[in-house]
Amino acid sequence: MIALSINGKTYHVDAESDTPLLWVIRDTVGLVGTKYGCGIAQCGACTVHINGVATRSCQVPVGSVGAKQITTIEGLAQNGKLHPVQQAWLDLDVPQCGYCQSGMMMAAASLLKTNPKPTDEDIDGSMTNICRCGTYQRIRAAIHAAANKA
Amino acid sequence: MNHMPKFDSPKLDRRSFVVGTAAAGAGLTIGFSLDPADAADAAPEVNAWAVINPDDSVVIRIAKSEMGQGTLTGLAQLTAEELGCDWSKVSTEFPTPGQNLARKRVWGDYFTAGSQGIRSSQELVRKGGAAARVMLIQAAANEWNVPADECSALNSVITHAKSGRKTTFGKVATAAAKIDPPKDITLKDPKTWTIAGKPLRRLDTPPKIVGEPLYGIDVRQPNMLYAAISACPVFGGKVASYDEAKVHDMPGVKKVVKVGDNAVAVVADSWWRAKKALEAMPITWDEGENVKVSSASIAQWLKEGLDADEAFVGNKVGDAKATLSGGAKVIEATYSYPYQSHAPMEPMNATAIYTSDKCMVWCPTQNGEAALAAAAEASGLPVAQCDVIKTYLGGGFGRRGQTDYVRQAVEIAKAMPGTPVKLLWTREEDTTHDVYHPVTQCRMRAAFDDKKNLVALHMRISGQSILAYQLPSRMVNGMDPLVFAQGLAPKGPDGEFGYAIPNLLIDHAMRNPPIPPGFWRGVNLNHNAIYVETFMDELAHAAGEDPLAFRLKYLKPKHAAVLKAVAEKADYDKPLPKGVYRGIAQIMGFGSYVAAVAEVSVANGHATIHRIVGGTNCGHAANPEQVMRQIEGSFVYGLSAMLYGECTVRAGRIEQKNFDTYQVMRIDEMPKVEFVVMPDGEFWGGVGEPTIAVAAPAVLNAIFAATGKRIRNFPLKDNDLSSA
Repeated sequence: MIALSINGKTYHVDAESDTPLLWVIRDTVGLVGTKYGCGIAQCGACTVHINGVATRSCQVPVGSVGAKQITTIEGLAQNGKLHPVQQAWLDLDVPQCGYCQSGMMMAAASLLKTNPKPTDEDIDGSMTNICRCGTYQRIRAAIHAAANKA
Repeated sequence: MNHMPKFDSPKLDRRSFVVGTAAAGAGLTIGFSLDPADAADAAPEVNAWAVINPDDSVVIRIAKSEMGQGTLTGLAQLTAEELGCDWSKVSTEFPTPGQNLARKRVWGDYFTAGSQGIRSSQELVRKGGAAARVMLIQAAANEWNVPADECSALNSVITHAKSGRKTTFGKVATAAAKIDPPKDITLKDPKTWTIAGKPLRRLDTPPKIVGEPLYGIDVRQPNMLYAAISACPVFGGKVASYDEAKVHDMPGVKKVVKVGDNAVAVVADSWWRAKKALEAMPITWDEGENVKVSSASIAQWLKEGLDADEAFVGNKVGDAKATLSGGAKVIEATYSYPYQSHAPMEPMNATAIYTSDKCMVWCPTQNGEAALAAAAEASGLPVAQCDVIKTYLGGGFGRRGQTDYVRQAVEIAKAMPGTPVKLLWTREEDTTHDVYHPVTQCRMRAAFDDKKNLVALHMRISGQSILAYQLPSRMVNGMDPLVFAQGLAPKGPDGEFGYAIPNLLIDHAMRNPPIPPGFWRGVNLNHNAIYVETFMDELAHAAGEDPLAFRLKYLKPKHAAVLKAVAEKADYDKPLPKGVYRGIAQIMGFGSYVAAVAEVSVANGHATIHRIVGGTNCGHAANPEQVMRQIEGSFVYGLSAMLYGECTVRAGRIEQKNFDTYQVMRIDEMPKVEFVVMPDGEFWGGVGEPTIAVAAPAVLNAIFAATGKRIRNFPLKDNDLSSA
């Protein structure tokens, strides 16, 4: 059994240590907001925070996580209050199909932690996730909105 | 945000299968019972379209699929408008395809494609909402013993004007349900709309920002197992043999199942374990004849079609061939457009459970009824003993009109009766087993007379027919009318060719390579628009005229109006910053007139798209905000295709496997997009697709303005702009 701390809760999971964290989070723990898109760290749909840093969970063997704190989209809101990024996503109606948006919001929240007032160039340089519906223009606007709110 | 989990259903045949949305974010999960014995606890429906609870909350039923295009919200607005309910109390649910069949297809056609989601069902859902309103008003009038025509409904409140009496929908819903539906229904004048036509917020945003289980890939059932699958990489190939003994003892492996004649699946207690075992299992393929096919062999075959004598004629005016042979000046250009994969973010998947008397499937599908038919066929059970629960789609773009993944999931589940199995494709499986945007080549030839008037145009398309593969019954005397229907049709409501040219010939030399084609957002309009609109630009330059002025000389009025409007919004007459160049394009497709102006610079061989103004006359806009989203989103999809989209064929298989080799646009390439939404109220046009087609040619024409270079082979990444 491997012990994991996800969204402040401890889970004991039965998985081979080389299993990607993504699949443990989705199938073993049952938090399915984190998505599979490519499995090769290209699309970012699987982005979670590990010790607060946006990380592509499809490339993280579950055995390597140890005591590090994992946050998924389900844990982004705190005390029943949406994270400023989620609030901005809601206010601007960012999602279309929505499948990539968990990863997008986790990447944006991580960006704002290190760069509270990013420029368009900062956003372009840091947000490398793929959205096939083409919500990029609204994602940019929502990150600025979240920065102004925080 | 207090949404209930949607697909963590504890029991198979009970409620809470069906995804719910709520305007107020209250999150309702109201499902249908599949068991008639459960009818007593079903929600009180006024008619098929509206369920109204005693607390006045309204559930509007939506037959079409939601894949991001916003149809769910738009159709709910149209229904709510006629119903006269309080929009803040509205949530939605998807009735199952099985329920539709059981109720004589009361919700119509479930197929969600061709930008038809709203335009083909707006009348049906508005009449459904209006009928429910009439019944609710009648119920109140009966209670008050007054004539119904003295009563009116607004915001879920029914008022009798003379007496001032009021009641709410929730109080009369049960009585209303017993009233005969009205025979004659007069729909509201769109000019009076207060819910439809307004830029209301999407109903599906709240659950999408908190990671709720909404998609097919999120479905979880008790004791569910997971399947990974591998189909023959060569199209038309089969499974020759596989050695399941090699993987039986791997962790979590439960079963190996041959699926159809061309695929093998491993079922395990987690998807990762299934995938690992599948990769470890030796499989040999009988690759068949198509192993000889390559991109080069396909291109050679299509090239012959450019000169073939025989071709299907889709649009003919005057005598273009004769005029071309006698023209004062003839301009010619030849183009090629590759196969492209849909690549929705959510790979193909479906969850199925089979027992000897029942088969249930949960899946993201653009065609619920086709998925139901596939489930019945694959399970061998009567349709009435099968059903499909539609989830939200993590992108569709035409790919999810197919039922291949549904069929596979049911076959696997059938091998394990009583156990729910979730089949999920890898991204690699998804990219290499798609139905692809069809491959075409095109030769454009045009003639000017000695006064530089455009007097003839011959457009010869050589290449693949989607209908020949997908829907051969829709072929007309061997011809695929869809080749011309978008952007090239002589007349008609869907895709009229915009230029009045005295001698015109548009024809198609059909060449169908063995790579399966499919409907791909924009379909044939994408390459048609690139061919027509980059060539018109070429002609404008050959005539020494401004590209806008040249087009306006030949364009029909509705086509011209949108182009003029985007040009005005883009300050077409004003100079741009140094190094930035403009390109324009227009087309008509899926019932709408669309146009774009792009601003592009090229430096060090790299094109940067700064700004695009996109416009549409879509007749009516059920929600203008959603129309804008579709314009900007379609530009990303269309530009991804033009910049990077290419699936090459080698030894009968697709070479690209994942987003590292099949690239798409990311945020750093996203231009500023501005909008002209100008519905004229005279028709109902599509929204999801038409504008996809104008971004690419507008950008290509701007690249020419910047570099003097015409791009004729796609995608752009295969061209060198540095020498330009």
